[in-house]
Amino acid sequence: MNAPTKTDPNALSNLDLETPEKTYLDSNELIINMGPQHPATHGVLRVILKLDGEKVLGTECVIGYLHRGVEKIAENRTYTMFNPYVDRMDYVAAVSNGLGYCQAVEKLLNVEAPPRANYIRVILTELNRIASHQLWLGTHALDIGAMTPLFYTFRDREEILKIFEKYCGARLTTHAFRIGGCLYETYAGFEKDVKNFLAFFPSKIGEYEELLTTNRIWLERTKKVGVISAADAIALGVTGPVLRASGVKWDIRKAQPYANYAEFDFEIPTGENGDTYDRYLVRIAEMRQSLRIIEQAVNGIPEGPIMAKVPKVIKPPVGEIYHSIEAPKGELGYFIVSDGSTQPYRVRVRPPSFVNLQALDVMVRGLLVADVVAVIGTLDIVLGEVDR
Amino acid sequence: MLDSFMSYLGSSVTPGEANNQLWALIYVLIIFAGVSVAVMAMNWLERKALAHFQVRLGPMRVGPHGLLQPIADAVKLLIKEDIIPAESDKFVFWIAPIIGLLAAFTVYTVVPFGPSQAVSDMNIGILFMLGVSSLAVLGVVMAGWASNSHYPLIGALRSSAQMVSYEVAMGLAVVSAILMTSLHGAGLYGVSKLSDGTGTLSMIGIVQAQQEQQVWFLFKFFPLGLIAFVIFAIAMIAETNRAPFDLPEAESELTAGFHTEYSGLRWSLFMLAEYAAMIAVSAIAVTLWLGGWLRPFPTWLSGPAWDFIFALFPGLTFVGLAAIAFLGTVRMPKHSYFRVQTIGLAAFGAVLALIGVLLLGIVIGAKVSDHDILNRTTEGLSNVFWFVFKVAVFMYLYIWYRATWPRYRFDQLMKVGWKVMLPISLGVLIVTAIVGVLL
Repeated sequence: MNAPTKTDPNALSNLDLETPEKTYLDSNELIINMGPQHPATHGVLRVILKLDGEKVLGTECVIGYLHRGVEKIAENRTYTMFNPYVDRMDYVAAVSNGLGYCQAVEKLLNVEAPPRANYIRVILTELNRIASHQLWLGTHALDIGAMTPLFYTFRDREEILKIFEKYCGARLTTHAFRIGGCLYETYAGFEKDVKNFLAFFPSKIGEYEELLTTNRIWLERTKKVGVISAADAIALGVTGPVLRASGVKWDIRKAQPYANYAEFDFEIPTGENGDTYDRYLVRIAEMRQSLRIIEQAVNGIPEGPIMAKVPKVIKPPVGEIYHSIEAPKGELGYFIVSDGSTQPYRVRVRPPSFVNLQALDVMVRGLLVADVVAVIGTLDIVLGEVDR
Repeated sequence: MLDSFMSYLGSSVTPGEANNQLWALIYVLIIFAGVSVAVMAMNWLERKALAHFQVRLGPMRVGPHGLLQPIADAVKLLIKEDIIPAESDKFVFWIAPIIGLLAAFTVYTVVPFGPSQAVSDMNIGILFMLGVSSLAVLGVVMAGWASNSHYPLIGALRSSAQMVSYEVAMGLAVVSAILMTSLHGAGLYGVSKLSDGTGTLSMIGIVQAQQEQQVWFLFKFFPLGLIAFVIFAIAMIAETNRAPFDLPEAESELTAGFHTEYSGLRWSLFMLAEYAAMIAVSAIAVTLWLGGWLRPFPTWLSGPAWDFIFALFPGLTFVGLAAIAFLGTVRMPKHSYFRVQTIGLAAFGAVLALIGVLLLGIVIGAKVSDHDILNRTTEGLSNVFWFVFKVAVFMYLYIWYRATWPRYRFDQLMKVGWKVMLPISLGVLIVTAIVGVLL
């Protein structure tokens, strides 16, 4: 096994991990298989663990158990027909997926969604970010052994899903947006529902924090666990809350504003240590920032059309485009090559979960089995997105 | 036969001490049945209480408010296919749950529900109890090893390490409580009239020492008794592998720990053993620190009037439970679909009310007629009630912990056990000895 050392020029980690010395008490390494059916691998991730007792010497992720060939499907569908498929990638943040795809095609077509559509998009996307973080928090806490936060987060997530259901009829795979804007006008009472949510949710975040933030066991389980330095994170292409918890202030909503994020006033929460606890704090803070954005958007939502002028048959000009948005889990990018026909020549998705998963090995080496579970949880992966 | 049956009735010692095998057997059967019922009740309560902690309803379908759910589960487990993995060590695989179960149930021979309400009063009762309950780890290790699979093996190793390390701190805390039986220093409530300086290891003797010293050991040499109690209360959670120390069966890491390969009846034996062990260690804690069967406030609220009021508690508890059941009956939806459940709940409430009224009748009858047998029954009921009530508080705490806390990691668990609990319990033991001699 080639453990990275400080002298290794290709070393990604500064973990100084030497292989154990051979003694007469030396025991064999144990290789165990975690997944694809395992309660804590968030779906069908399979991790092969090499253990020395309980200490992790190395990991290997085996992915593809949920591969559905989404990128290949795109080549046989028109631009409009492919839109619902992207919802099935990161199924807990379907709205973000749809937003990224619609905006990429809009960029290719060179159309702009009208302002009202952008406001609706921002509200729904930020609600979806909160829902995604809630699901992450619940499952992550459950992995670490705290059962109760899961039910609290799911109870409150329900309110968001109800808004989605009233808006477009679906709760999870929403297909909320269309190329050029939104198909549906907001329903009567949409603003009231959103404002109700804004009013009651901050106290609920307080409830989650009360259970975890200063909990001694939670601190011991998450502090200094799964540390990734800013340099390592950047080298591995890690994005999203995982990168920000390492202290890098990188958020595409600020760096390359899309939709109308430039109009809103919000902060990018960052951590310092890049450990599991910081990632927890960053995501909690992000929920609060999302509430701020939603509040500004719902108060400033203008009247007007919700759909730009888009031809019935979408035939983008020959060319290629890369567009990325800040999905709840990190940078979600779409690279679309058009050959001028009604179907894309190639669609390549840059899913945040897939790229973030690379960091698992760096983060867990030298830790214990229990930490592997904590780190998988903190990476916030969705296998639908990893495998596509 | 009849003679030996009747001869015990007048005695005031345990059947073991009276050397009456027949009554010992009856007590064993009562305790075995009682613990099994308690485990089932605990199963239901845990699911309901945990559900309500977590804004859920818990079981609602099988019987009114899921009251029959434990029975349905038991039947399901009994009729499940009995799977023994092909690669396992069949004999060890077969015997492991039985060892665990035996260890968990054997300890009940010395649990004192009252001065004469125990199978036997062993003069080394507490040692016997600790010794036998630590045999449970053998069942766990054997199960993990015999499964011949990685996850159970890791679970079993974790479990053995954990149980063994927490037993040390637990043992030292127990020793400091035993020490208190021989030290009748000033304490909190003044000098006792107990024989000078003789300690006891007998479970009944320990409670009687608290009675004579007029102080629960929880409050003795404040805060020494309290610290020892807290040490024990933490160690006993680790000892029984419950949250937040439930590493051996950490679901998110090891799927199900040492019993991953078990299913059906064998698995249910492990569950039965786990819950029985939980009740057993709670019984130790109650005996050593919370005055066992003694009612609260024996000195502050003393006198025959207060004795009578406290004697009413068992009956009142059942009446209260019946009232809750009747309230549930009234609040049941008025739809024909729920008719059977409503009637069932009302019947359940009626049974509880009947028991309550019976108990109240006995107590009041004893007060009015002052009949010897009624008096003895009242006293026995009161003893058993207070003991079970205190144990039930611990059971509730177990559920509460599980709802609140995340799980410790293995190395942190070891660190807490050896570097925190052990020094503190050792320190408490030494200080207790010094304080006890000086006072």
